[in-house]
Amino acid sequence: MMLEEALRPGTAQAHRPQILPAGGNGLLVRFALVAEPRAIAAAQSFHQRVTESDLPGLREVVPSLVSVLLRFDPEAVTRAEMAQRLETLLSEADWQSAAPHPAQRVWHLPVAFGGDHGPDLEEAAKLAGLSPQAAIDEITATPLSVLAIGFAPGQPYLGLLPEHWNLARRSELNPRVPKGALCVAVRQLVLFANASPTGWHQIARTAFDVFRPDQSDPVPLHAGDEVRLAPVSGTEMDALLKADDPMGGARCEVRS
Amino acid sequence: MSGGSVILRALGPSVSVQDMGRPGRMAQGISRGGAVDPLALVEAAALLGSRKPLPALEMAVSGGRFEVTAPTRIALTGAPMQAELDGRPLRWSASHKMEPGEVLSIGAARAGTFGYLTFAGGIETPEVLGSRSAHLAAGIGSALESGARLPLGVDPEPDAPALVLTQDDRFSGGTLRIIPGPQTGLFDEATYERLTTTEFTRARQGNRQGVALESDAPALTSDKAKGLASDVIFEGDIQMTGAGTPYVLLAECQTIGGYPRIGTVLPCDLPRVAQAAPGTKLRFKAVTLDEADALAPRWEAQLQAQRAKLRPLIRDPHDIHDLLGYQLISGVTAGRELEEENG
Repeated sequence: MMLEEALRPGTAQAHRPQILPAGGNGLLVRFALVAEPRAIAAAQSFHQRVTESDLPGLREVVPSLVSVLLRFDPEAVTRAEMAQRLETLLSEADWQSAAPHPAQRVWHLPVAFGGDHGPDLEEAAKLAGLSPQAAIDEITATPLSVLAIGFAPGQPYLGLLPEHWNLARRSELNPRVPKGALCVAVRQLVLFANASPTGWHQIARTAFDVFRPDQSDPVPLHAGDEVRLAPVSGTEMDALLKADDPMGGARCEVRS
Repeated sequence: MSGGSVILRALGPSVSVQDMGRPGRMAQGISRGGAVDPLALVEAAALLGSRKPLPALEMAVSGGRFEVTAPTRIALTGAPMQAELDGRPLRWSASHKMEPGEVLSIGAARAGTFGYLTFAGGIETPEVLGSRSAHLAAGIGSALESGARLPLGVDPEPDAPALVLTQDDRFSGGTLRIIPGPQTGLFDEATYERLTTTEFTRARQGNRQGVALESDAPALTSDKAKGLASDVIFEGDIQMTGAGTPYVLLAECQTIGGYPRIGTVLPCDLPRVAQAAPGTKLRFKAVTLDEADALAPRWEAQLQAQRAKLRPLIRDPHDIHDLLGYQLISGVTAGRELEEENG
């Protein structure tokens, strides 16, 4: 069987889209092993295509950085049938050169860089070969895409930053960054949903709440949304944090 | 009409409300959560005649003392724990009647880790995102504290007879069936072979997110794991830490991770992982995808299977503390009831 064949130990492919089993009732379509830009674009385009496709028996679609997880209803479709349908979808396009549709929604998030709100800014900027101000300018000028939501509820992975931001995780774990911490590593930014230990570098903070369990739409950011970071001063951030508004001064622009 | 409430007195360290969780929300970063041993909720539903699994109190390692303010049937399932109602020993894996004023004491687990106390009318705490489960890792709800009261639904059949169920043994370790996952190909054949030939011991580290396994065998690592893009992870995944120690993910795991996964434990064998107490021996056995898919019954089918195993609960004279006060008919019985009960 095709699926088993692709999975023998020692057979992982680095650059070809693969359909792989992923637990009970799951299949994963993976475009690369590392987070490189073409594979990220391919995963985003394929996620859009699958979401629009209305595949029978498809129960859940979970996009990640370079892959898309598909959960199927085993009463409606077998694993092999689902794999076949995905194979057909995959054969429709050259995903490595596909460009995802432009984001419909653009979030503008106020963030305060450096100081108490970004204790690792100087170190991270240095590792990227930039001055702290040049680092802030570059990050705020980069249109960021929500590549995946996960690890914790609502928590976005944003990217991709230019190649010199391919920072390794810190060798010593930061025991606790606060909720709202904006952290950088491996060309991505993560906006923490909850206070958490992390190996990523905390460069800024926002008062935007990425998870609101008591609201009908508990996770405001969706994979594929564009995010723009708007720098504010530390004092302004203190005021935003104190206001305790889940939007934290953010606004969402919807493109027509 | 109200089903009254349950008063939680002197709780053990980790007691929380758990139901079947929040499936289908991985894209929002929320893992299923819910009971780490969903079979225990299915067993309770069978014992209480419920058409679907009910929210229950999940008790890690030890329970606590409980009172109710209205009569109700209860079911005790999952890891067998010491249990008494007003000092009378209660059979585990059974349903019982409980009256206001009686004190239910649930002590330490005799085997396994997670015991479940289910009320016939269900626990009626507010739902969050379609479930009453506390998701401790995600910050939804929290562990319960002594002194709290939880609202209960009305027992739809308070006079239904007490029942008992032979439990599927999942409390003493054993073999876990696995299938390959998206990163199995990153490990070389010798490493994969070692995974399925090594005897592992459930380590001390473990919670609702996952459990670590130890062994004397060389670390199970992959030299292709460096720089791997973070990817979706889920219940059942056998994640390898940098040190090559397997960590089996459970209901409350994170949804994205960077460590490679060597394979995935079948959902039907996961209660065996969740219930393994520290020191318990576990082994992995590879099965084909077709075998795995054939072993993936939904809870409806599991409930049907559990119903077929129900028997009336006949009290064991050993458990009756004032036995001499009972009028025994010449001391003669067929004796078969006890055999059936213990069989």
